[in-house]
Amino acid sequence: MTDFRGKTLSWTSTIAPSSGNASMASGTASSASVIELALHRPPNNEIGSETLAELEKFAAALPSYKSAQALIIHSEIQSGFSAGADLRELYEQSMKMSASNRAAGVRDFLERIHRVMNAIDAAPLTTIAAVHGITFGGGFELALTCDIIIADRTARFCFPELRLGLIPGFGGIPRLKRDLGNAVVRDLLLTGRSFNATKAQNIGLVSQVAAEGQALQLARHTAAQIAKFDAGTSAAAKRFIKPIPEAELRWEIDLFCELFARPAVEAGLRKFVESTEAMPYLP
Amino acid sequence: MPTLADTTEQILNLAAQHFKVPRETLSADDDFFKKLDINSLQALELLTRLENHFHVELPDYELQGVTDFRTLAERIQSRL
Repeated sequence: MTDFRGKTLSWTSTIAPSSGNASMASGTASSASVIELALHRPPNNEIGSETLAELEKFAAALPSYKSAQALIIHSEIQSGFSAGADLRELYEQSMKMSASNRAAGVRDFLERIHRVMNAIDAAPLTTIAAVHGITFGGGFELALTCDIIIADRTARFCFPELRLGLIPGFGGIPRLKRDLGNAVVRDLLLTGRSFNATKAQNIGLVSQVAAEGQALQLARHTAAQIAKFDAGTSAAAKRFIKPIPEAELRWEIDLFCELFARPAVEAGLRKFVESTEAMPYLP
Repeated sequence: MPTLADTTEQILNLAAQHFKVPRETLSADDDFFKKLDINSLQALELLTRLENHFHVELPDYELQGVTDFRTLAERIQSRL
């Protein structure tokens, strides 16, 4: 049964298939559950104010799932996991505001999305992003909050923000740097290129590559394995190995806001929104 | 190593199969955006399938300005 069904996303909690077994560490019977968060905002799961509001609901509800040991985030949209921030909404909202209100509005949006991303990143349960297709910009950044990324063969990862005169603003750079190191960030960010699931696995970003359409199934298998472990031990291990890069995240917000104030960004956004080019998504 | 003609043929077959277009309607000099009636996201889908098929990595900036199957094949051929 669905616990929440919104316009842009839904979530469901289910008892993990292994929950009838004794917990491996505690030796007690567990009733561990797995939460599945499904993104379903057409056309490409663009993250705008409506998605943000529903992600905030999810982040607020997350601590109430006391028996949950794993979270899977996936997309029900055919084109992919998410194309990132809703640039059309960002542009249209910005154009309605004065320069000072625009800067304040962007900062407010970033502060809110960072709170959500940080909550998922630091959640005591083990988190899995099951991705396919376009996993770009803010969508890539959402996947990076997860402990494990499972990608099907159609997945493609990219930070296209530089073509707009911006940097990724949802915490992607500090998280990717934390997880993989600076060289990978430079390659992706400074060229704006995308790469596929095989490359992502080769560099350590992706944990498992699934056949087309099978990422969610593999994530469910992985979640069932995770649910066998003692929840407290998993949470302690996660705290130990996955610190939130708070100072860099704050710096990222400041830098994004500084760049956003430049005229080049307005021009870049307008070009994207009004583009009739064959390949506006290609950096 | 396959010839450019082999590579082009494989691309045409793969594109026809994936986008469900009769193979005989596609030729090397066709504009694949127009002939396959695809948008930029679908072009990236095609790119991923070509990378997986040929076991190459093709940065998408190399596709800027590329619209026909033959030039696409040349870009792939240079990485085989």
